[in-house]
Amino acid sequence: MELCPSVKNVLLLDSEGNRIAAKYYCDDWPTNSAKEAFEKAVFTKTQKTNARTEAEIAMIENNVVVYKFVQNLHFFVTGGEDENELILATVVQGFSDAVGILLRGQVDKREALENLDLILMCLDEIVDGGIILETDPNVIAGKIASQSLDAGGPLSEQTISQALATAREHLTRSLLK
Amino acid sequence: MAQPFAKKDDDRDEEAEYSPFLGIEKGAVLQEARVFHDPQLDPRRCSQVITKLLYLLNQGETFTKVEATEVFFAVTKLFQSRDIGLRRMVYLMIKEISPSSDEVIMVTSSLMKDMTSRTDVYRANAIRVLCQITDGTLLGQIERYLKQAIVDKNPVVASAALVSGIHILQTNPEIVKRWSNEVQEAVQSRAALVQFHALALLHQIRQNDRLAVSKLVTSLTRGTVRSPLAQCLLVRYASQVIRESANNFQTGERPFYDYLESCLRHKSEMVILEAARAITELSGVTNRELTPAITVLQLFLSSSKPVLRFAAVRTLNKVAMTHPMAVTNCNIDMESLISDQNRSIATLAITTLLKTGNESSVDRLMKQITNFMSDIADEFKIVVVEAIRSLCIKFPLKYRSLMNFLSNILREEGGFEYKKAIVDSIVILIRDIQEAKEIGLLHLCEFIEDCEFTYLSTQILHFLGIEGPKTADPSKFIRYIYNRVHLENATVRACAVTTLAKFGATVDSLKPRIIVLLRRCLFDSDDEVRDRATLYLNTLGADGSVAETDNDVKEFLFDSLDIPLVNLETSLRNYEPSDQPFDINSVPKEIKAQPLAEKKAPGKKPIGLGAPPTAPSAAVDAYDKLLSSIPEFASYGKLFKSSAPVELTEAETEYAVNVVKHIFDHHVLFQYNCTNTIPEQLLENVTVVVDASEAEEFSEVASKPLKSLPYDSPGQTFVAFEKTDGVPAVGKFSNVLKFIVKEVDPTTGEAEEDGVEDEYQLEDLEVVAADYMQKVGVSNFRNAWESMDPEGERVDEYGLGSRESLAEAVNAVVNLLGMQPCEGTEAVPSNSRSHTCLLSGVFIGNVKVLVRLSFGISGQNEVAMKLAVRSEDENVSNTIHEIVASG
Repeated sequence: MELCPSVKNVLLLDSEGNRIAAKYYCDDWPTNSAKEAFEKAVFTKTQKTNARTEAEIAMIENNVVVYKFVQNLHFFVTGGEDENELILATVVQGFSDAVGILLRGQVDKREALENLDLILMCLDEIVDGGIILETDPNVIAGKIASQSLDAGGPLSEQTISQALATAREHLTRSLLK
Repeated sequence: MAQPFAKKDDDRDEEAEYSPFLGIEKGAVLQEARVFHDPQLDPRRCSQVITKLLYLLNQGETFTKVEATEVFFAVTKLFQSRDIGLRRMVYLMIKEISPSSDEVIMVTSSLMKDMTSRTDVYRANAIRVLCQITDGTLLGQIERYLKQAIVDKNPVVASAALVSGIHILQTNPEIVKRWSNEVQEAVQSRAALVQFHALALLHQIRQNDRLAVSKLVTSLTRGTVRSPLAQCLLVRYASQVIRESANNFQTGERPFYDYLESCLRHKSEMVILEAARAITELSGVTNRELTPAITVLQLFLSSSKPVLRFAAVRTLNKVAMTHPMAVTNCNIDMESLISDQNRSIATLAITTLLKTGNESSVDRLMKQITNFMSDIADEFKIVVVEAIRSLCIKFPLKYRSLMNFLSNILREEGGFEYKKAIVDSIVILIRDIQEAKEIGLLHLCEFIEDCEFTYLSTQILHFLGIEGPKTADPSKFIRYIYNRVHLENATVRACAVTTLAKFGATVDSLKPRIIVLLRRCLFDSDDEVRDRATLYLNTLGADGSVAETDNDVKEFLFDSLDIPLVNLETSLRNYEPSDQPFDINSVPKEIKAQPLAEKKAPGKKPIGLGAPPTAPSAAVDAYDKLLSSIPEFASYGKLFKSSAPVELTEAETEYAVNVVKHIFDHHVLFQYNCTNTIPEQLLENVTVVVDASEAEEFSEVASKPLKSLPYDSPGQTFVAFEKTDGVPAVGKFSNVLKFIVKEVDPTTGEAEEDGVEDEYQLEDLEVVAADYMQKVGVSNFRNAWESMDPEGERVDEYGLGSRESLAEAVNAVVNLLGMQPCEGTEAVPSNSRSHTCLLSGVFIGNVKVLVRLSFGISGQNEVAMKLAVRSEDENVSNTIHEIVASG
C-alpha cells in the first residue's frame, strides 16, 4: 500500500460529461485521449446515481472514485484501489464546498466557467502533486478570495492611470455582480 | 472592454449552453497574450487571458515549444503587477508550462523575492512554484528559505514547504535530509495539516532506517497527534512496523496492537476505518484481535453515508475470504444492504454473504439474489455468478437450487462476458458434481437452442461431445445437436458434426442413426462441414464393416493433440513433398522456451535451445547442427532431452564455459561450450577431464576434444557417459578444463610454435532428476488425469519447512521436477493460503507423468504439500516421489 494517502486525479465535469476542469497527478492516463476515456467511463458509470446529499462511491478501472453532484456540476476524486475511502470523500467534500463558497452558492456550470480562474486556483490549493494540501472548504476558499492589491505596495506608488484602472475595475465588477 | 464576460446578460436566457469559452481558438488567444507586454498592465484583462490559456491546456490542447516559450516570457512580464489575483494566475501558468532550466532562471529572482515577501499567500505559492520547476542546482540557494518556511508561523507557508520537500525528496534526497530538525519541529505544530505533511516528510526521510521509523512510531503513538490525516498516516506506519517485526515476536501481545485498537475509538471516522482495516490485514490475525475491528465496521454498515457503507462492506468482504466465521455476526446488516441504492455496495454485500453463508441459508439467499440480479449491470452480475460457483463447490448438496438459479439467469438478457461466466460455472458444476451432470447438460442444450454467441455454442457442443455419451440416456441430446446443423453458421455446424461423431463413436447403439445424420451433412454448403462429415463417416466405418469402434478412432476423436501447435506448424512448413509421408511423431513435443530459437531451427531434434541470451543466434544454430553430425554419438539413438546451458565459470573470467546435458536412453552426453576471452592466447587440444567419482552409476565411454580454440570464437568439446537403460541416474561431476596454451602475437595474430600445458578448474556439474523429464504440456489436465489408471496413483505428503512465500515453495518444487505447469497453475495469487498446481511431463523411457500438487501455508510460513502422481508406469510414479523426498 502507498503509505502516504494520495489522490490520482480531481475532476470537475458538467452534466453531459464534458470536462470543465481536471487535474491529474499520476501517470496512469498519459495522453489526453486516455484521460478523456477515463472521464467518460467515470461519467457514464455514475450519472444515474444520486450523489447530491451524500458523496457516493464506485470502483472504476481498479480505482476508488468518490463523487458528489451539485446542480449540473459533477465533482470526482480518484484514488488507488487500497486508498482510504473516507480520506477521498473528505477531499471531494472540501472541493465541492469550497467551490460553493467561491461561487457564492450559485453552483452551476455557467458560473463555474465564468469563474474558471477561481476553480483552477481551488484545485491548486486542494492537492499538490497528489498530496492532499487542504480539505477545509473555508480555508481553501479563504486562500483564494483575498484578491485585493498587494498590501505591501502603498497606494502612493501607483500611477494615476493605474489607480484609475483599479477604480474602473471595481466599478465594473460591482455592476456585473 | 470587449471581454466575453460582457455578453453575460444578453445570453443568459436564450442559450442554455452558453459558455464564455465558446468558439475559443488557440491562435487567437496567443495573439491576445500580447497584452502582457503592454507598458500599462491591465491586471483584469491579463487574468482573463491567462484563464483562457489555462482553459485550453486543461481541455487537452498543447502548445508547441515556440509557443510555450513565447507565453512564458510574456507571463514573466506580469511580475510587475501587484495584483494578487493576477500573481496567482501567473504562478499557475508557470507551473502549467513547466519551463526548461534556462528559462527558469528568468523567473528565479522574482519568485525568490516573493518567497521572502511579507504576504503569506505569495510566500506559500512561490515556494511551491519554485520547487516544482527548479532542478537540483538552484536548491542550494533557496534551501535556507525553505528551512525557515517549514517552521513558519503561517500554516499555509509551512505546509507548502513541507509538501515541496516531499516532492524534492524523490530527486534530491541529500538536501531534504538536512532539514530533519525543522521537520521534527513541524511535527509538533498545532495546525492539523502541517502536522500531517511534516509526519509524511519525516517518515520518508527516515524510511530506510527501520529503527528510526520504529522509534518515531513509538513516540508519536504515545503523544497526541491532532490531525485525523496524520493519525491515519501513523496507523499505516504502525502496521508497517508490525509487518516488519513479524518475525521478532512469538506469542503474547503484538506491538502497537493496543494503539490500533485505541484508534477504533477515535472521533474521526477516517481514522477508525484506517485502524480497522489495518487490524484485519495483520498477518496471522487472531479472532480475538479481529473482533473489535469487525464491531466498528458493523456499525458503519448501517451508516447513512454510502462511502462509509462501501468502505465497511469492502473490508468485511476481504476478511470473509480468510476468516468467514468472524464476519457472520454482520450477516443481518449485510442482508439489508442487498437492496442498497449503490449497486457496488449491494454486490459486495451479496458476495460477502455467499462467502460466509452456511448450507441452510443458501436457499433464502438465492431468492434474495434473484430479485437483485434483474437490476444490476453485467459486471456486477459476473461477480455474483463467480461467487455462486465457489459456493456450489463448497456445498455440493445444494447444487439443485444453484443450478436452477444459473439456468434461470442464463435465459435472461446479458452480454457475452456474463453469459460466458454462467456457462463456465455450469460446466464446472457438471464436472465436479456427478448428480448435477444430467440437468446441467440439458440446461446447456436449451441454451444453445437460442444462443447468439458462436464461441459459447462451440464450447458447449465440444463439452457435450465429451460428457453427453457418458450419461444414462445419450440419445436425448442428439436432437439438440442435430438442430444446430440446420440452424447455425458454418463454425457451429462443423462443431456439431464433430459432436455427433463423438456420440457415434462412444455409443454403439446410436451409431447407425448417427451415420444417417452425418450422411445428410455431406450436402452442406460449407466445405469444412462436408469435410468433417466425410472424415467421420470413414472413421466410424459407415460401410458397416466395423461393428465395434476401435481404439484408434476413439483416440483420434477424444484425445487432445499432445503436440504444441507451433511445432506442428513449423514441421509441416518444413516438410517437402516426397515419397515419404509426413510422420507426426517427428514433430518435437518439447515446449520451447525461446520463440527466437524456435524460428531459427524449425523441425530440428527436440533440443532445449536455451542458449545464453548473449550468444549470437548463429552459434545456436551451429551447435545444433554439430550434435547431429558427430559420428561418435550417432549410435546413441534418439535424443531424449537437452538441458538449458549451465554456466561452469563466473562471468568475465579468462575462459567462459557452459555445459549442455544431452540425455539419451543409454547415455548422457555433456557438451561443453568453451569461449576463450584472452586475445593473446590460442588454446589447443581442449578437453574437459571429468571426475565421476561422485556419480557411481555413470561410466565414461567417449570424449571428443576440441582441436583449437582461438580468441572469441566459441568451440565445443564433448564427454559421453554410459548409464543403465532408462534409469534416471543422478550424480555430481567435477570438471577440469585441460588444454595447451600458445601465446599469440597481438599485432600479427600468429601463434607461437610451442605451447604450455595448463588446466583450469571449472565448477561442478550435477545431473538431476529433472534432466530426465521433458516439459510436455497437456491441453486438458483433468481429462488426461482421469484417463490415467487411478490404481497407479501414488500420494504422499511432505513438509517443506519454512518458506518465504507460497509462490516460492511452488516454484521450487516445479523446478525440482522439471515439469510443465498446466493451465496457468504455476501462478500463485498473492495472499492465498493454499494452492493447487498441475504439472505434466514425459519421463525418460517416454512415460507420461501427471502430477497434482496441493500446497498449504501456515501462519508461521510453514509449507506442507500433498503430492499425487499418476503415470503410465508405477515405478516412475515412485521415482517422482523419491525425487521430491530427496530434494
